[in-house]
Amino acid sequence: MVLAIVDADDGEVPDETRQALTLARDVADQVGESLEAVAFGEVEAAAPTLGSYGVDTVHAIEHDALDSYAPRAWAESVSQVADAADPDAVVAPGGDRGPEVLAHVAAKRDLPMVAECVEVTADGTYEITRQRWGGTLLERSRLTAETKLLTVAPNEVSAEEAAGEATVRSVTPDLAEADLEVQLADVEMSDEEGVPLGEARVVIGGGRGTDGDFEAIEELAEKIPNAAVGSSRAVVNEGWRPHDDQIGQTGNKISPEIYVPCGISGAVQHMVGCKGAEHILAVNTDPEAAIIEKSDWAVIGDLHEVVPAVVEAIEDHE
Amino acid sequence: MEPLVCIKRVPNTGARAVLTEDNQSIDTSNLGYTLSPHEECGIEEAVQLVEEHGGESTALTLGPPGADEQLQTAIAMGVDEAVRLDSEESDMRPSRVADAIATAIEEREADYDVLIFGNEAADSQNYQVGVRVADALGLPCVTGIKELSVEDGTAVAEREIPGGAERYELDLPAVITVKEGLNEPRYPSMRARMQASKTEIATVEAAGEGVEGFEKVELVVPEEEASETEILGESPDAAPDVVEVLEELEVL
Repeated sequence: MVLAIVDADDGEVPDETRQALTLARDVADQVGESLEAVAFGEVEAAAPTLGSYGVDTVHAIEHDALDSYAPRAWAESVSQVADAADPDAVVAPGGDRGPEVLAHVAAKRDLPMVAECVEVTADGTYEITRQRWGGTLLERSRLTAETKLLTVAPNEVSAEEAAGEATVRSVTPDLAEADLEVQLADVEMSDEEGVPLGEARVVIGGGRGTDGDFEAIEELAEKIPNAAVGSSRAVVNEGWRPHDDQIGQTGNKISPEIYVPCGISGAVQHMVGCKGAEHILAVNTDPEAAIIEKSDWAVIGDLHEVVPAVVEAIEDHE
Repeated sequence: MEPLVCIKRVPNTGARAVLTEDNQSIDTSNLGYTLSPHEECGIEEAVQLVEEHGGESTALTLGPPGADEQLQTAIAMGVDEAVRLDSEESDMRPSRVADAIATAIEEREADYDVLIFGNEAADSQNYQVGVRVADALGLPCVTGIKELSVEDGTAVAEREIPGGAERYELDLPAVITVKEGLNEPRYPSMRARMQASKTEIATVEAAGEGVEGFEKVELVVPEEEASETEILGESPDAAPDVVEVLEELEVL
């Protein structure tokens, strides 16, 4: 059996979890075993979706003291389900909670954990392809541990449904006080306006070539519906923009219809943040800049002249 | 306040990673090294905690003698003490790194209040060393933190979620793994760098075993999708063509 960790906080199954379920089902098919899930939150509401991803049995974790996310308690619950069911592999989604919970499971059970997996060939031992450097480098590795612990790189495996129905059985784990010591205290939603970078249909990016002047870039973003402004890491390091605007390995991952990097050279760490973009149109003075060959369209020119001209052309167009 | 920050030396890769002939690592013969970005913020946080609450901060790394350079950067940024767990092994498995760090912390008999790690190293991205150390030492732990404050023996730590933040409270001592954006790391002055580069770094043999059952086979540079670039123009006169592209994509 392959066991997937599912966070069904509000009855919804997040995208990263669907991707992890898809990879877990692939592994289960390869080893000829069933796919089961250990799930937290509003499990009944999520069960039909889990069934549609090929999960046959959902172990719904219920415990009076577990009213919000608690990493060690989740890990202990996963571990107790694993003790009873002896899975070949435990698969967690990428992001924050998945790796956190599975790392606790790995530490508790003295097992290796392989993070950021994108592909698994399972035949006794697991031949794994995983990401390093935000995906600019891949690692092939071999996992022979008795229980294989895997986390799935976000947005690398496309989620695919299968047919099926899941049976839910509730499990009450035996938790110690120490397991509940760290628990989510509360959630604060920000009241910031504007389109979040991760959800924008158009992203206008500014790099070192802006010299800190983002006026024209902001004006362009205002002219386009559902557009947001992003930046390179160099710009954040200069203190020209806040880190929240950063696109790249250690910043935001964007997936717009079109990304317009202006005065950005296109370092690999930046490119891994925008690889979800459908199209790229670069504005850069340097025709040899790495960003140019990674773009679908380019304007070779000074962004301080080109961007205002584009704003004007949109106004004329209206 | 006795913060400990654990950092990692990583190659400063350029536009494209080039591998060594045996495909076991990045060819660093023409590359410099830097700090993994999350951990640079970890250093800044340790320094700020001491500025606010007093005490002494320590930076720790595991690596070859060359990694002294990154510890010296930490000292130039204001860390009080530095220690290197000596090992020439590249890509040591994360369970063993954690074992070595936990062993060293126990042997140092220091009363660290806040143990700061990067959420994941920029190069290996294993997402587990901090959690494993917390487990080995029996300490509370939270990962992926972008806002941290410490008051009366409690850490308040925030983790970013889409459109907001989750808040956690941990009794100290605790392990906190952090992400870039936590703060703005300072640029040490040339003078501070010069002084730090003369500081001798204490070294200890890296101990620990870690767990078996996982091995790296090789690294692979992924194939890039070749894309044809259409040059729309070489002056602001290309603006109408840009608008045409936006129109075709139906985003205007």
